[in-house]
Amino acid sequence: MNRISSPDELEKLRKSIIKQRDPNKPCIIICGGTGCLALGCESVIAAFKQEIKRQRLETKVGVRVTGCPGFCERGPLVVIKPRNIFYQRVSVEDVAEIISETVLKDNIIDRLLYPDPNTGKKIIYEPEVPFYKKQKRLIIGNNELIDPTLIDDYLAVGGYAALTRVLFRMSPEEVIGEVKKSGLRGRGGGGFPTGVKWGTCRRAQGDTKYIICNCDEGDPGAFMDRSLMEGNPHSVVEGMIIGAYAIGGHQGYIYVRNEYPLAVRNARIAIKQAEEYGLLGNNILGSGFDFSIRVNRGGGAFVCGESSALMASLEGKVGEPRAKYVHTVEKGLWDKPTNLNNVETWANVPLIINQGADWFAEIGTPKSKGTKIFSLVGKVNNTGLVEVPMGMTLREVIFDIGGGIPKGKRFKGVQTGGPSGGVIPEGLLDTPIDFDELTKAGSMMGSGGMIVMDEDNCMVDIAKYFISFLEGESCGKCVPCREGLKRMREILTDITEGRGKEGDIELLELLSTTLIDGSLCALGTTAPNPVLTTIHYFRDEYEAHIKDKKCPAGVCKELITYQIIEEKCPGCRLCVKACPVGAITFMGKKKPVVLDQEKCIKCGICYDVCKLGAIKVE
Amino acid sequence: MESILDNYQRDKGMLVSILQDIQAEYNYLPKEALVELSQALGAPLSQVYSVATFFKAFSLEPRGRYLINVCLGTACHVRGAVKILEAIERELEIKAGGTTTDLEFTLETVNCVGCCALGPVVIINGEYHGQMKTDKVKALLKSYT
Repeated sequence: MNRISSPDELEKLRKSIIKQRDPNKPCIIICGGTGCLALGCESVIAAFKQEIKRQRLETKVGVRVTGCPGFCERGPLVVIKPRNIFYQRVSVEDVAEIISETVLKDNIIDRLLYPDPNTGKKIIYEPEVPFYKKQKRLIIGNNELIDPTLIDDYLAVGGYAALTRVLFRMSPEEVIGEVKKSGLRGRGGGGFPTGVKWGTCRRAQGDTKYIICNCDEGDPGAFMDRSLMEGNPHSVVEGMIIGAYAIGGHQGYIYVRNEYPLAVRNARIAIKQAEEYGLLGNNILGSGFDFSIRVNRGGGAFVCGESSALMASLEGKVGEPRAKYVHTVEKGLWDKPTNLNNVETWANVPLIINQGADWFAEIGTPKSKGTKIFSLVGKVNNTGLVEVPMGMTLREVIFDIGGGIPKGKRFKGVQTGGPSGGVIPEGLLDTPIDFDELTKAGSMMGSGGMIVMDEDNCMVDIAKYFISFLEGESCGKCVPCREGLKRMREILTDITEGRGKEGDIELLELLSTTLIDGSLCALGTTAPNPVLTTIHYFRDEYEAHIKDKKCPAGVCKELITYQIIEEKCPGCRLCVKACPVGAITFMGKKKPVVLDQEKCIKCGICYDVCKLGAIKVE
Repeated sequence: MESILDNYQRDKGMLVSILQDIQAEYNYLPKEALVELSQALGAPLSQVYSVATFFKAFSLEPRGRYLINVCLGTACHVRGAVKILEAIERELEIKAGGTTTDLEFTLETVNCVGCCALGPVVIINGEYHGQMKTDKVKALLKSYT
């Protein structure tokens, strides 16, 4: 790779890359994101490469391993360009046929097409899949066009053009003005206006300023930052360089969760390639501006997503937050002014510069602009990453894009905002998604986790889950959070195990107020949200646990029993074999089995293995 | 150890990353390594120890040949991750955090690996197993022995 030393050279390189590529040449695009990896895409990729070699098609057919396009549920995903034929759940056995039939002869293989779960109709082309149709994929859409390990792929889709524009045609103040005008708000959860943050950091005292990309996506149930860092790391790097120029920083850090090995790898490769091209390092593109980036890995602590804790961790210390009387934009990493933004926020920056603030500000609601990526997961048919304009309703996302609730079950609630958010009930499904509306509903945007729950999920159990999670992740520095969460978890455990008593709900509410008022950082002040929203919207479930000692959803072990529905059980013995404690007895063919309640440990395996629905939870 | 330290120019600020590399090398953080590290970085042992015990990713005990991580993120939780964890605990006769006596398996939990669409997820030595079911646990563990 040759170092590029002017904008003209960059454009020349871009042209030559595009020229070498034939848009009509068939190209097999395979998702290599973590989701598809879990479904075995590695062997599918290897099989494609091998088959192409075997048929001597190396010059005629391209293969591109990309980041996550979002539809993880249906992985491993394969798209055949240029026609955009969409194959799902592809296995090694399908590979030879895809090449000989679809790539070479243009024939469609029916069994690999995606069937619309509502109409049963098979869909051939990717953009027509209902999951994608209603989305506005400004940020994540590029994942599919790029091999994240090749900087040339990013250049081919217009990458680093925004950087050139900023470095040679805009002053730092103009850049900040543009970002402010766009109305971009922080995608990490807080929703603070990005341009305002940049402006404050630029004005802060001191010559050394740091730029941080927060990829410590600790919010369980959210994975858009992982997918962006894995799938399009250069868009994040470009955003960071633009931010550094605007703020006046020369050193940047990308802080990635340890649980994301592929994101770490791809971020490192991207930085190295950008350095080789002269897009990072000294005198970027001959502009005289210097900026470099280092990758740091986290150590598996949720609290390190909080800015001051993250910075402590970057300094090699224990990741404890500090009181922010003085903001980190004034005194952050090593006590120097530090500007921290989330992955998705950084990825929005090149888009705003390229398309203009006015264009960006037209998307969304009056106070929340642009698109937001959500991870739509849990009890929903089409799980995966979804990018929609702000202002779309929860109902549209869950039912139109997500395809509704599996197995005809009833929707109960959707949890947004991670452990700091809350559960939003059916009655509020028409809430438009933006920062302020979700807060009004008692939840929050957070980083964009959207966990759908159905009638089989117990709301007290969910509240206990989040409180136990936060208790484990509380750093222990301040008393309200450390002790308060422990007490709340004890009370919730009592309720779920049949020891709940009158007044427990009120006590939970009182403890919540204490945490909100007295905790040091946002982990503690937002921790009660899952409890408060579930009490507010699902109080009857709490009362059923406390007064009737019943778990209406059939989740809380101490309050349920498994029963054999005799009319439905043909004595097939599946459950008899699966039961780990031998609590189920075979009574002869065509006779229902018998479950010994004394021996039953309520592990639920019999319920899972039964194909006839002959086991119920009471 | 020397080469790990050199990779990071003996920078105190890279303590977390250095510990990660040491753990990748030894499979856990041996006491001797922590002492040596504290001297090499000129950082008090108490600081090295506090960092090593604060972050969930570190272990001060030797771990098994296969590290099983059961994801307990929210998406996995609502799809029954706890049942999967309990099934593995029963099968290996250890609790989460424990290691089998033959040092074959260590069982740990993790708060989300970002593979939410495929929950519940179990990761064994970096290999992801999505859409796990309780009745698949036995066969999965067997495939590693």
